[in-house]
This record gives sequence, C-alpha cells and structure tokens, in this order.
Amino acid sequence: MEVRLENLTKRWGSAIGTENITLDVKSGEFVAFLGPSGCGKTTTLLMIAGIYKPTEGLVKFDGRVVNRLQPKNRNIGMVFQSYALYPHMTVYENLAFPMKLNRTPVPEMKKRTQRVAEQLGINHLMERKPGQLSGGQQQRVALGRALTKEPSLLLFDEPLSNLDARLRISMRGEIKRLQLDLGITSIYVTHDQVEAMTMADRVAVMKGGHLLAYCPPNELYDKPSNLFVAGFIGNPPMNIIPVEVNEVNGEFHALHEGMDLLVSKEKGAKAAGRRQVILGIRPEDVSVLPADSGKGIMGEVYVVEPLGRDDLVEVSIGDVMVHALADRATNYSIGDHIQLTFDPEKMHFFDPETENSLL
Amino acid sequence: MNNEHATLKERLGTAFPLTLLVVLTIPVVIGYIWILISTFSRSTYGLEPQGRLTLENWSFLWEDPKIWGVTLNTILLSVGQTIGVVLISALAGYALSRIGFPGRKTFLSFTLILHAFPSVTLLIAIYFVLRWIAQIPILGHGIPVIGGFGYNTVGGVILVQLALQLPLGIWLMKGFFDNVSWDMQRAALIDGCSHFRAWWNIIMPIIRPGVAALAIFSFITGWGSFLIPYTFITDQENSVLAAYLRGMMGETAPVSYSTVAAVGLFQLIPVMIFFIFTQEYLMNIFSGGSKGGT
Repeated sequence: MEVRLENLTKRWGSAIGTENITLDVKSGEFVAFLGPSGCGKTTTLLMIAGIYKPTEGLVKFDGRVVNRLQPKNRNIGMVFQSYALYPHMTVYENLAFPMKLNRTPVPEMKKRTQRVAEQLGINHLMERKPGQLSGGQQQRVALGRALTKEPSLLLFDEPLSNLDARLRISMRGEIKRLQLDLGITSIYVTHDQVEAMTMADRVAVMKGGHLLAYCPPNELYDKPSNLFVAGFIGNPPMNIIPVEVNEVNGEFHALHEGMDLLVSKEKGAKAAGRRQVILGIRPEDVSVLPADSGKGIMGEVYVVEPLGRDDLVEVSIGDVMVHALADRATNYSIGDHIQLTFDPEKMHFFDPETENSLL
Repeated sequence: MNNEHATLKERLGTAFPLTLLVVLTIPVVIGYIWILISTFSRSTYGLEPQGRLTLENWSFLWEDPKIWGVTLNTILLSVGQTIGVVLISALAGYALSRIGFPGRKTFLSFTLILHAFPSVTLLIAIYFVLRWIAQIPILGHGIPVIGGFGYNTVGGVILVQLALQLPLGIWLMKGFFDNVSWDMQRAALIDGCSHFRAWWNIIMPIIRPGVAALAIFSFITGWGSFLIPYTFITDQENSVLAAYLRGMMGETAPVSYSTVAAVGLFQLIPVMIFFIFTQEYLMNIFSGGSKGGT
C-alpha cells in the first residue's frame, strides 16, 4: 500500500505536534522516522494509524483520503515500545485477537496464528501469559500480533528500545528480513540513528515538528542537507567549526584562528564570499599524523578514547576541539603534539543562520 | 561490638512500632471480645459474664420474623448499591480518563466538591426529591422486590446511597484507568476494537483488581449504612439491620445490651467473612494502583 502525507499538521491549542509534513511512502518500502524525543515522529505515526485526527492536511492510503477512517478499518498492524500485550490473554489469544474481531473463521485463524508463531519462533509459548515471557519474547509476540491479520501497512513505534543491546541488534536484522520477505509497507519510528540507517530504505529526519530531510540513508550521511542532520547522523558525530572561506590565488582556504585548511575548488566556490560559514567534517575524514610530518595543522592530544577498531582522538587546536579517528597502532597519548589533515573533498559547509547546506 | 549495636537498634526499630500498634489495638479488641461474651450471657460485669451462659439473646433469630426481612433488605441495599456504583463509576471514570470533552475538568472538580460535602446537610432536600419520585407511577412505588425508587422504599435508599458514593467511585476508577497505558488502548483500537469493545474486552479485565476493590468497599459501606435508610424508610419491616438495631435500643426498657450485642454480631459476621477473603483487593484502593499491565 502507498501512503502519502500532505501538509500534515497537528496542534493542541498552541502546542505544535507536527507542522506541514509532506512525504510519500512507496508500496513495500521501509521508511524510518528519525529524530530526538518530542520531534513529532510518534505524533505523525499515530495520525497515520488514525488514533490522532490531523488538525490540517491529509493522510492518503493508495490515493484515498483516510482522515476520518477509524483505526480498526485501516487494516494496519502496529508494534509498540511497551509491547502493549493484553496481560489477561495467553500468547495464542493475543495473536488471534485481531482476527477474532474481524470474524476470521476459526480454522483459518488457527492456521495463520500457527504460521506466524513459527516464523517468529514463539510456537512453544502459545499457552503462556505475557507476564511469563522475557522482554525479547514479548517483543516477538507483539510483532506477531501485528502480522496475523495480514495488514497492508505495518507501524513500529520504537519497538526495540526496551531490549538489551545484543538482542536489539539481532531483532533489527530479523525485522528487516521479515519486512523484505513479506513486502508489507512499513513505517518505523526511532530515535536511534543506527536503527534508522541500517533498516530503512529511506529515512525522514524530524525536529520540532518539522521534516528536515527525507532520503536514503547513504545520502543522509554523505550529503546532509542541513546542520541538524549533519550533527545527528553519524557516530562519533561530525566536527563543527565556524570558519571564513577565502579565495587566494585560485585556491580556497577555510580560516579559523590559526587554522588554515585547503578546500576543494568546487566546494570552496559555493562557500566563499560570506562573512562566516560553518564547516562540518566527519572524524574519519580527519587524519592524525606525527608532529614532524610537516603537512597539517599542529594540535595537542586532549583525550584518547579506544573504540576497539580505531582510537577516537580529541585534539585541541587553539579554542577548537576536533575529533579524529586514528589507527590503533599509532598509539597516541594525552599531551602528545600531533598534526591533523582534513580531506578537502569530504568537507561540508552550512549557512550559520538558516543552517542549510551550501553545497 | 558495632555489629551488635546495629542489630539491637534494628530490633528496637521493629519492636517499637509493633508495641505501639498492639497498645492502640487493645481497646478495639476488648470491645469485640465483650460483644462476643455478652451475646451469650444475661449481663456482664466488665468482661466477666454474670450467671450461666445462654442462647437467649439470639432468640430474635427464630422469634422475631422481622429480622429476615430486614436482613434481605440489607442485602438488597448493599448489592444494588454495589452494582450501581461499579457500573456507573467504571463508565464515567473511563470517559473522564480517556476522552477529552468540553467541561471535563469542571466536572472533575465538582465531583470532588460533592465528595467533600457532608451528606447530613442534604437530608431534607433529598426527602423532597424522594417524595417527588414517589408520585411517579410504577417507578415511584410499584417495582417488585425493591419497592420502587421513591420515599420509603429500599430502591429509594439505594438511589441516594449510590449518588453519595459515586464521586469517590468515579475518582477511584478514573485513577485506575489512568494507570492503564495509552498504548494498550491504541493497540486494541488498531486491532479492530470499537471504543466500547476496548473498554470491555481489554481495559476492564486489566483493572479488575480495582473494580473488585471498589465493589467490596461499596458493599461494606452499604451493609453498615444507617443514616440514609433510617431517615428515608419509616416502617421497620422495610428497614435495614442498622436501623433495626437502633429500633431495639429505643423500644425495650431497660435496654437489653446483650441482645443488642447479639444483633450487632449477627450484622458483623457476613462482613467479617467477606473481608477476610477480599482484604487483598481492598488494599488496592489505598495503594491506589492497579495490579494489571505488563
């Protein structure tokens, strides 16, 4: 099923839930709504589910406006962060409940419940009550309950937030695989950028009720359209440095108190000619070299955080702190003097006022 | 050395409140013991029965036919009131907890004020209302078993008691509903429930401990109620146990306290038994949370 939101707005008095959200979800697509808490992602999801009525704007399923359609008539399945399993029913009853409500014949009901339970590996738990299950098992049952009625749209509201880290990673893969196999259009709300990046075909980044970006994960990472997206996506986060870009002899330089960085021609041309711009560069695009290499900008190691595969080195250059990823073998320690080089092709520039990308 | 001090302190810490509770409870316990002893003796001197033990005080059970009618009325009152309070509070509490409608806040604060209102001050006004209801055909006086809803009927007393108990009931139920997560309700609606179905099939079972608590509380209040039935039911045949007890103290002179104690104990026994089995649920009211939910 195709979903289209047009200028979707939700207000409670003067409080804004979402403002003018317009986006479309293709049939069979997996879309993630990503943003910090209070950004309006769950509000949007609940409007799609029909729990909230939009103040303005339209929700369309396959081109049909469904603003006034009751949740029960939308044929959607939803998985909640709190699982919201019915505590007084057994696992079987939980799984069969949606089918019981739409009067599915009993043999069909049993068949479908059985199939979904096998798919999710919970068929040995059918007689238990939710209170007797572990968090991971409850999560599976919740997923199963959303699937048994064979919905045309699946909604996830931070479904993995209550699981421990290891289980979260395995469930992540499982949900993605399941969605691909079943081909059900899915919308997944999360504040975890890794979840959004790894699972979704497209990610909608939201902040303060506004949609800031809506594109595939790689584009989000490689070409962030504004400063918020740039800082929010990626771990460790992007370095943000206020600079002035000048053209000297056909070369572009980004300057900030004693720092002089060479910028690629193409990028420099777009960023030059303003009083100040904001330079963003990811830690993996900053290289750490020994002090005597004579190529980069001098700095002093402030902190070293071993991440396992790499070391995250925090370097102070004047009043600026720059994070860089360094090979573990280099073995820098606090107080070392080093040099940093910045990859001119991987720099991003943003307008300090609108925070939009200049590239 | 230090360790021993700690344990001594700990022991004192539990012993002191226990002692205090025991001391405070003694008068109550002695009261109950006195009732028990005096129902089986002609008279008592302190806790000591005078003369031989006797069943004479219990003779009202087989000699006074009124007692069974009065007991039936008490049961009717308690059960009727309980059903009414639970049903209305559950529906109103759900609406107040879950549905945003104009006047919701005002309604809630008015209910709270009503709860704080001393019911004695309302007696005369209620009298007029019940007199008025009594004039309505059938509804006023012509309903079997409960008599009707007018003045001088059990139904009328149920109506008044129910109304006085609703503010507390509605607030309690609203509290229990508030504790059920929104997700649970959303899940039910998305799974295909109507609002009513979500209430009945999902939310009510989850707050069952709360419903039970309110029902028990309401039943016990109804069973022991005196002022309203005493005021609005004039003939003793139709009255309830507490009013019957009051009547006994008025009409026999000198008052036979042993008989009064026996009737009192007779009234007490069902509640005691009921309480023993249900106290766990009753505590929910005071701890203020439902046990449901995951």
